Amino acid sequence: MTNGDAGGPQGGTTRRELLSMIGAMGGAAAMYQAMTALGHAAETQFTGPPALSGARPGSSVLVLGAGLAGLLAALELSKAGYRVQVLEFQDRAGGRNYSVRGGDRIVEVGGATQTCTFAPGNYLNPGPWRIPHHHRTLLHYCKSLGVELEPFIQNNHNAFVHRGDAFGGQPQRYKELAVDFKGHISELLGKALNEGALDQKVSVEDKEKLLVALREWGLLDANMAYTSTIRVAGQRGYDIPPGGGLSPAPTPSSLNSLGGVLSSNVWTQMGFYFNYVMQTTMFQPKGGMDMIAAGFMREVGQLVRLNTRVTRIAQSDAGVTVNWTDTQTGEAGSSSADWCVCTIPPPVLSQIEMQVGSAMQNAIRAVPMNGQVKIGLEMRSRFWEDNYAIYGGHSFTDQAISLISYPNDNMFKDGPAVLLGAFANGAGAFQLAGMTPEQRIEMALEQGSVFHPAEYRREYVSGASVAWSRLPWIQGCTSRWTEASRATHYRNLCDFDGRIVLAGEHATYYGGWMEGSMLSALDAIGRLHSRALSA
Amino acid sequence: MRPAGFAALAGAAGAVMGVATASTSAQDSAGNVSSVAIAEEGAGVYVQICQACHMADARGGAGAGTGIPALADNPRMADKDYAIEIMIKGRGGMPWFSDILSSRQIAAVLTHIRTNFNDYEEPITALEVDRAIALAGGPVSDE
Repeated sequence: MTNGDAGGPQGGTTRRELLSMIGAMGGAAAMYQAMTALGHAAETQFTGPPALSGARPGSSVLVLGAGLAGLLAALELSKAGYRVQVLEFQDRAGGRNYSVRGGDRIVEVGGATQTCTFAPGNYLNPGPWRIPHHHRTLLHYCKSLGVELEPFIQNNHNAFVHRGDAFGGQPQRYKELAVDFKGHISELLGKALNEGALDQKVSVEDKEKLLVALREWGLLDANMAYTSTIRVAGQRGYDIPPGGGLSPAPTPSSLNSLGGVLSSNVWTQMGFYFNYVMQTTMFQPKGGMDMIAAGFMREVGQLVRLNTRVTRIAQSDAGVTVNWTDTQTGEAGSSSADWCVCTIPPPVLSQIEMQVGSAMQNAIRAVPMNGQVKIGLEMRSRFWEDNYAIYGGHSFTDQAISLISYPNDNMFKDGPAVLLGAFANGAGAFQLAGMTPEQRIEMALEQGSVFHPAEYRREYVSGASVAWSRLPWIQGCTSRWTEASRATHYRNLCDFDGRIVLAGEHATYYGGWMEGSMLSALDAIGRLHSRALSA
Repeated sequence: MRPAGFAALAGAAGAVMGVATASTSAQDSAGNVSSVAIAEEGAGVYVQICQACHMADARGGAGAGTGIPALADNPRMADKDYAIEIMIKGRGGMPWFSDILSSRQIAAVLTHIRTNFNDYEEPITALEVDRAIALAGGPVSDE
């Protein structure tokens, strides 16, 4: 990360002055680029809620889909003075902003049906589940809509890392592996430095500093070796932990070998937590992710028609007409408006007759989706807290389930709690999605048992799985782009076709995040408003 | 983009292909590297991969009103090149699979689909898949 204070302009020009000069000369894009280089504005492109106003009297917008993109569009466009109607296929708003609770039914392509039996207050967030602190759009709307957020615990040093071929398949605590990893690496690098292997690369002065850094950071002993000391135990844990009074003195723990640590792949997790979107602080809405959709619905619920399957999207110079069927009553109808913001996901949209040109048609057919799988397991008690001192965070595995994640709320409470028993991607997700719901639960219990063998099956009460590729209303979870498809189709996907503009998770560079869907909607409605005013 | 080293390591490890899923993209992911092994024979690949969408009976999702096509009794499966192309490039909502399946696995599962769910007896070979990937300018990868 470039640090403006160290590398910035010299000679009395302040950063603000410089930026305004750049802005005046090169426009907003140049300024944005410069701000990023100077260490500002490295967050999302959110610059505050849109100040749309002054819609032409009587002008109207039809929004297809009541996910976050559609709900945001409806909220801001109605504020700007448009007459807005939202058509939603499902019996609930939110789309992927979704929580599964006791009583909810999950119906899959092929007919498999689960009815969740979680206790009141418990839930699974099958889609989005963690919110980065820099997703300013989403955080803005959470705040303004009164959606209460709580910390989402990301890096838990006391959770486990498991790989089948490491440590005989026994999970190890993250803190032990991570501390051992940096200790061993520090010792090796120190040896290389002391043997002069890097003298051509490092100045004498830097070499000295680096040796100090390695000793301090890697917790090396006086001989620059990573050995079991009480100082190391201060990071990775003790055999006998510190006590009081006449209790025994603390003793250090024994270290894992370099080979053992390497076999654990722990650097994957260490690196994972460095990802900008994974850095603390992260958040979740209290009570379930769909509290965000609920917040929007408090504002625009009266504009949303649920249970409405769009069957045809037509347009002319005068406006847009959408035919639909009510999935509850079978009633057929149509809705018309001057403009249309369509947020229906590409795999579904490509099945609907739509009067747009081939450029947009081809773009809609060029966005395949990932089919992640999440599984919620309700457990009778919080044994991970009581028996393992694990409060929130994730235990990782190389099995199909990828991880188990511990609840971030209601710690120390009695009564049942829901663990995330799987967050599968790639091959593991295909494997789990292809199973029956019962088989998925069985696999989740079997694989998750490596972390908590005595308790996992004993405390299990019930489970619910969401295999995104099997959900008829979306047939996938997150969009996939290649450099080539982005170059060929992205602009055609996002550009207006007549009176229709697309928005949603597929129409952003920030795929797979609610922030991206919302930025997409903001961009689309901004362009819509300009067009409507100049039409 | 997937680091090429993972595939090479997995290949060197033996017949079972390990699949790296630690995402380097900005999308949310579990943060692990998966060792999930996918079968080498066609029927196994079908169960572990294809039936997630095309269903165990290969009838797809048409009954649910989705666009997921049936692979069973599908005359388009007569065209080997067509079948291979979809597996290595994807189409519509379906992604490409050359990143998690080897050419041998792609050939095996296509042969399984053509013979078990259809009546096209001529097998598809890994060499044909390799050739198609080369012709396409290499395997597709996420941006």
